[in-house]
Amino acid sequence: METQTQEAGMSEAQRPRPTGVAGVLRQMLGAREVGLIAIILILFIVMSFASPYFLTWVNMRAMTMAFAVEGIVVVGMTILLISGGIDLSVGSVTALAMVIAGLLFLAGVDPWTASAIAILACVAIGAIMGFFVTQIGLHHFIVSLAVMVIARGICLLGTGGRPLGLFTLPPEFKFIGQGSIGVIPLVIIIFVVVVIAFDFMLRRTTMFRKVFYTGSNEKAAAYSGIRTKKVVFLTTTLCSGLCGVAGIIYMARFGSAQPTFGLGMELNVIAAAVIGGASLSGGVGTIFGAILGTILLSVVSSSLALLDVSVYWQDIIRGSILLTAVTIDHFINKRRKQRV
Amino acid sequence: MSTAMENDLVLKLAKVSKSFGPVRALRAVDFELRKGEIHAIAGENGAGKSTLMKIIDGIVRPDSGQIFFQGELVEITSPAMAQRLGIGLVHQEIALCPDVSVAENIFMGNTSVSKTVFMDYKAIEARAKVALSALCNVSPTMLVRDLSISQQQLIEIAKALTLDCRVLILDEPTAALTEKEALILFGIMRKLADQGISIIYISHRMAEIFDNCDRVTVFRDGQYVMTRDITDITPSDVVAAMVGRVIENLYPDKQADHERSDEVILAVRDLTEASRFRNVTFELKRGEILGLAGLIGAGRSEIAKGICRLEGQVSGEVLLYGKPLRLRHYRDSIDHGIVYLSEDRKGDGIFLDMPIAANISALAVEQVATRLGIVDDARELEQARRLGHSLNLRYDDIRQPASSLSGGNQQKVAIAKMLSVRPKVILLDEPTRGVDVGAKAEIHRILRALSRDGVGILVISSELPELIGVCDRVLVVREGEITGEVAGDRMTEENIMYLASIEPARAGAA
Repeated sequence: METQTQEAGMSEAQRPRPTGVAGVLRQMLGAREVGLIAIILILFIVMSFASPYFLTWVNMRAMTMAFAVEGIVVVGMTILLISGGIDLSVGSVTALAMVIAGLLFLAGVDPWTASAIAILACVAIGAIMGFFVTQIGLHHFIVSLAVMVIARGICLLGTGGRPLGLFTLPPEFKFIGQGSIGVIPLVIIIFVVVVIAFDFMLRRTTMFRKVFYTGSNEKAAAYSGIRTKKVVFLTTTLCSGLCGVAGIIYMARFGSAQPTFGLGMELNVIAAAVIGGASLSGGVGTIFGAILGTILLSVVSSSLALLDVSVYWQDIIRGSILLTAVTIDHFINKRRKQRV
Repeated sequence: MSTAMENDLVLKLAKVSKSFGPVRALRAVDFELRKGEIHAIAGENGAGKSTLMKIIDGIVRPDSGQIFFQGELVEITSPAMAQRLGIGLVHQEIALCPDVSVAENIFMGNTSVSKTVFMDYKAIEARAKVALSALCNVSPTMLVRDLSISQQQLIEIAKALTLDCRVLILDEPTAALTEKEALILFGIMRKLADQGISIIYISHRMAEIFDNCDRVTVFRDGQYVMTRDITDITPSDVVAAMVGRVIENLYPDKQADHERSDEVILAVRDLTEASRFRNVTFELKRGEILGLAGLIGAGRSEIAKGICRLEGQVSGEVLLYGKPLRLRHYRDSIDHGIVYLSEDRKGDGIFLDMPIAANISALAVEQVATRLGIVDDARELEQARRLGHSLNLRYDDIRQPASSLSGGNQQKVAIAKMLSVRPKVILLDEPTRGVDVGAKAEIHRILRALSRDGVGILVISSELPELIGVCDRVLVVREGEITGEVAGDRMTEENIMYLASIEPARAGAA
């Protein structure tokens, strides 16, 4: 259908500017982010009445710590989704980073070098996946499914299936995962810095703009002179690299390397990104939205735990939230298209 | 042509209205279809043609109004019901399953062939063969993915033919067909009409409407304008009714004699790509619009994509203002100022879900960014508004997704995208396909203006009237080779078709 034909430029000036705080916020953030913030706030208010422990410093700190590290993986996944890819191997690769660094440390390598090697190994895994996707032409889903299984296998093989206790990690290394600057845990500071940095880059830099073009319409991007294979290769590698970083922070926090860590993490991470507005068909998504998705899932988990709801219910509820979010999305998009 | 008797009507729509949100797609529209006639529907994009067809096919329900089928009041609630009534619609877009056979595709929606739960492959193959024999030489056992686009379009038509229709709706069926295939289709349409089947024929091509249809109905802005016998009306009357004003000159002025220049902007020498085209050599001069004609599959798009290195392993030379270029990737070509506009706008010309402004800057985001690579929103919007204004682009908000625009305006966005890099040469592949008459004339004017400003323009088009109307010189391609060149008085449809379809040796002798 043809849109209302109006003279170019004129209509924009006539369009009423949003008024009030809500309007300005919506202009700044987009409707989805405002909606998610509202839901999270409502949950906060309800929970602070429902449970005396919810709004305590200890609970807030625990909750934030829980999503902060995973949030770094969410950042990588969101960027990859926007470029049109997907990565099922995030959980295994995060565990692999821990295991590689842990084994090297136990073999006498100093923890900083061990961590750098582990992160580079994850980058290499991402590069291998990127190679299979862009050069051989396989689908992200299949490639990352295979890598998910392989990486987990390597973790189990390297450790014999048992967690590695890393009791001799120097305190300055453990500080990454356990320390605080003032009252704020360092983990949270790292998380906030990563989120702000990537959110800014994704919104504003030409480099990441090409990620949107590629994911929105790969052929049109190629026909605009964008090297789409390079873009997809880099987003795939970036996602695995951020898993490596997350793995090292987890290791510093736990003081151990767990070969079975991160089982099912991929679903949580993808769900958070999608609730936050990322599209599985690429071209759409924001870091800020994805992080709000992460926070929402995390607040729900924490609330259910405080309310003594069985852990088994948590998965059911998380799945239902995802389904609801995606359904609402679908109808909003449909209505928007119809109006056009 | 049948006589106008009330009981001769197969289909009658009375005061049908439909709104999508605030947009009124159809306003109290009337339409009558007689038995055994070929009835053309004309209107610009957005005039309501598609909505009307969707209502007849049961895809969309009208808000108000009545539909009579063979004199009886009916409510068509689904495409399956339309099929039961005997209404078949061939969509403009091809919707076939690429990985199954032609026969299975033809009988996809029609399982009544076999009385059991099992597929009777022998029967559907035999029946598919009959349906196809009239149309084209395609085996029913072939996979659809191995067929060309025009063959696929013919399969869609065969599919509708197997459904024993009383009313057959064809939505721009010739858009992807070669001239020869189109002629075959017109023959079949006439045969069906003689058997008493009524055909609704939607097309933007006036020549097709006037050569093959009995009556024409024109819509504009969701309203019924008129219905006339084709013998009582001229193409310019129809166009005037479609746009609501008289378009005096469909095509802009040609290059004037004093504008003729010997300065060569682009020279292509011996461009060859193994299986697709060979020894392509030509020069594009300052101030001229050069056309590239040929049948579908002759290699026109491939040549254009080869010049700018968008596709394929190409050998040969490309010179810009006499300087040989070393191009390895399309990016190099863009950086030198040679850009390509794709024929498939929705598929690879536009980012539908991205803002109009971001679409326009896609070719070189760096231009609207700081040296550190940070996109400057204000500059991006300013560039989009400026280019949009110069192309008379109509939009609500430049930050809205490109999907909010009509086909013609989307095409202008695609052109604006190319202009954003201040190109020296533009290669346009079917620049007005699926674009309505008004926007078409505007795009032609834009091309002429660019050419006057010294931009080299190469236009590929399957519409010969367009090439003849717009270009100063036309090269004809046949099976990957340039078989001739026409200009001035020799630029006629006959000459071009001759060069495009006859062996070069004989064409030379003629």
